[in-house]
Amino acid sequence: MDFGLSEDQLLLKDTIHRWLDAECPTTRVRAVMESDDGHDVGLWKGLAELGVTSLGVPAEHGGAGLDLLDVALAAEALGWNCTPGPFLGNQMAVTALVESGNDAQAKRWLPAVASGDAVLTFALGEGLGEHDVAKLATRADGGKLTGEKPLVPYAQIADAIVVAAHDGDGPGLWLVERGAPGATFTALSGIDMTRRLAMARFDGTPASKLCAGSQAIGRARDAGLTLLAFDCYGGAARCLDMTVQYAKTREQFGHVIGEFQGVKHQLADLATDLAPSQSLCWYTAHAFDHIRDKAERHAAIAKAHMTDIFDRVTRYAIELHGGIGFTWEYDLQLWWRRAVFDRAFLGEARYHRARAADLAGW
Amino acid sequence: MNLSYSVEYEKFREEVRQFLAENWTEADRAATPDADGVGAMTGSALRTDDRATDFRRKAIARGYMYRHIPKRYGGGEQPADPLKATILADEFRRARAPFEIMGQGPSMLAPTLVEHGTEAQKQQFIEGTLLGRIRWCQGYSEPNAGSDLASLRTRGVLEGDHWVVNGQKIWTSNAHEADWMFALIRTEPDAPKHDGITYMLIDMKTPGITVRPLRQLTGEADFNEVFLENVRVPKDSIVGERGRGWYVSRSTLKNERALIGNATFARRTFDGVQMMAQLTEVRGAPLLEDPVFRDKLVELEGHLLAAEYNGYRLLTAGGRGEDPGLPSIVTKLHTTTLGYHISKLAMDMMSDRGCLAPGEQNAPAAGMFGTAYMWYYGMALGGGAPNIQRNVISERGLGLPRDPRR
Repeated sequence: MDFGLSEDQLLLKDTIHRWLDAECPTTRVRAVMESDDGHDVGLWKGLAELGVTSLGVPAEHGGAGLDLLDVALAAEALGWNCTPGPFLGNQMAVTALVESGNDAQAKRWLPAVASGDAVLTFALGEGLGEHDVAKLATRADGGKLTGEKPLVPYAQIADAIVVAAHDGDGPGLWLVERGAPGATFTALSGIDMTRRLAMARFDGTPASKLCAGSQAIGRARDAGLTLLAFDCYGGAARCLDMTVQYAKTREQFGHVIGEFQGVKHQLADLATDLAPSQSLCWYTAHAFDHIRDKAERHAAIAKAHMTDIFDRVTRYAIELHGGIGFTWEYDLQLWWRRAVFDRAFLGEARYHRARAADLAGW
Repeated sequence: MNLSYSVEYEKFREEVRQFLAENWTEADRAATPDADGVGAMTGSALRTDDRATDFRRKAIARGYMYRHIPKRYGGGEQPADPLKATILADEFRRARAPFEIMGQGPSMLAPTLVEHGTEAQKQQFIEGTLLGRIRWCQGYSEPNAGSDLASLRTRGVLEGDHWVVNGQKIWTSNAHEADWMFALIRTEPDAPKHDGITYMLIDMKTPGITVRPLRQLTGEADFNEVFLENVRVPKDSIVGERGRGWYVSRSTLKNERALIGNATFARRTFDGVQMMAQLTEVRGAPLLEDPVFRDKLVELEGHLLAAEYNGYRLLTAGGRGEDPGLPSIVTKLHTTTLGYHISKLAMDMMSDRGCLAPGEQNAPAAGMFGTAYMWYYGMALGGGAPNIQRNVISERGLGLPRDPRR
């Protein structure tokens, strides 16, 4: 029995944190936010050189072949840093490709993903919040895909999109390559500008079928939910840290405000929820690879739990900063935006809690 | 990270089941008070009669109970393993068999004696304590030493081969039924406040001790005031060195019970709520089918799982010799707040019958959730009020400065 990170995992975390501290300060985050496509190719290549894009790629396809927990530790670091980019959708697509068992397509795409030369993304939800595989309306017919996916991360810059859809045999996954005819993308204006979204429309778009069934779709979703939970942990931990540092230096009434129990107790309450939640995240990521029968339900619970916490931490962080926390120039707002994305994307807390209740057989 | 229920653990579960099937029979179950329904969760834990003691001895010999206490002092002596601890708690609960005695004797005094007691003290007290044959109360708080415990004033003066103790303790759980008290007594009045305290074991039958019940919010009297007037305590009844009692009492309990145990009561309440929600129809439908209730239940489960896995983490950190910091410091506030929320949900679950008192048969589960609901107020206060916990979390955990007025 061992429930803690290994030396390698601690080193991995530390390496990514240090690299991001040096290479991606909030000035760079803001520059990417204000760019057209929200994708900094140099930054992505840098992360790839660091190994981040290869963590979850199997060794036979040129990756490090590590567990989702390792990928998730990178997600936590990106959350701590508020790093912009297509990490989430890319990893969901990687999971989908691996789980599809489609060796030819995996061989074609995954080495390029590992090296940072290709970026993938994943398209699941439809309508307003519909993520139930059985209810998806996008249809494949004779290798052509038709339908609408309203919230696809980085659809415009992705080299390929893995799409959940149905054909005559039921649900499955299809892969649409960049530039395929009949595919149109409309950039959407999001609250979080560090993770861009587009509405994707497919109208008889050529697509290769990766696999049939809903298993790979569910695994990609669970990977996404888990990574969002870790992003929340990293982001919330950073906001708490920023606020603690602020409380140690900001003086009012002749004292640093961190001496006042009103301030300390609010911060203590945030820490009281946040500190144990890290273990829920660890367990969830560990379960994804090693305790399969608990993976789906834990991913649902962790996503709901962590998005609640991230929301609460950002709210109190801003409140404890006072007026400066509500300004554009102060960096807290970057994480507040990130929290909004994490909470909404792939479905709200209530939806996942309802799923968790169903999955328990209640 | 390695948590898989490997073959080893499945085999362990089978062994435990077999042991229980052979040693705790249907007749034993029937003889346990509150043997039916939800009350069974606590009924067997309270039994200390000969049959229960005989059973506990066998279970301890197998290493199924008191795993953190050495065999030579009457414990089960096993390496800490939260998975095995979880399996044991599950299986003993399912079999409605007596498990570890709840209370401050087994949970606090016994590990303290293992770490700091003399050989004679260990021999005299530990096994009887674990079997519930020696019952303890804790003499820490005083009327003017609550949140600021180290300012306690009950004095002990060494006269010949006895300490002569004078003073008053308060909030002393179960003092009216306790055989012994482990107490913090000021023996060095001139030393700085933390350094003048001695950890003492006092026989409750000693002349000069008066116990007066203190009725609490629940209506019951589980606490007492204890008055000590010229109580003569043998010189060798102290644990650890003279003047070191504060540190003896603070010594961390590095055992699975202390760590996992923090979430155990919340887990029991949660499982009870889930079970009752299945059986309880409110306005014609099982409550567990109500979407708002389900949402709330899973929300609380998120906190509960976090607390349980945090327990795993603390245990691993302990094994590695690491100080986990915040994850350890926040545990008490986290789990007691959680327990309050779970029991409040249980109260709501009973709809208008939530206003019925514990023990009222017309309340679902005979009102046992009302008891839990009331108790969490007390549990939040025991061992340091929530705002004291918040001071500790913010100062020791987050590194914020002390309030200069304290």
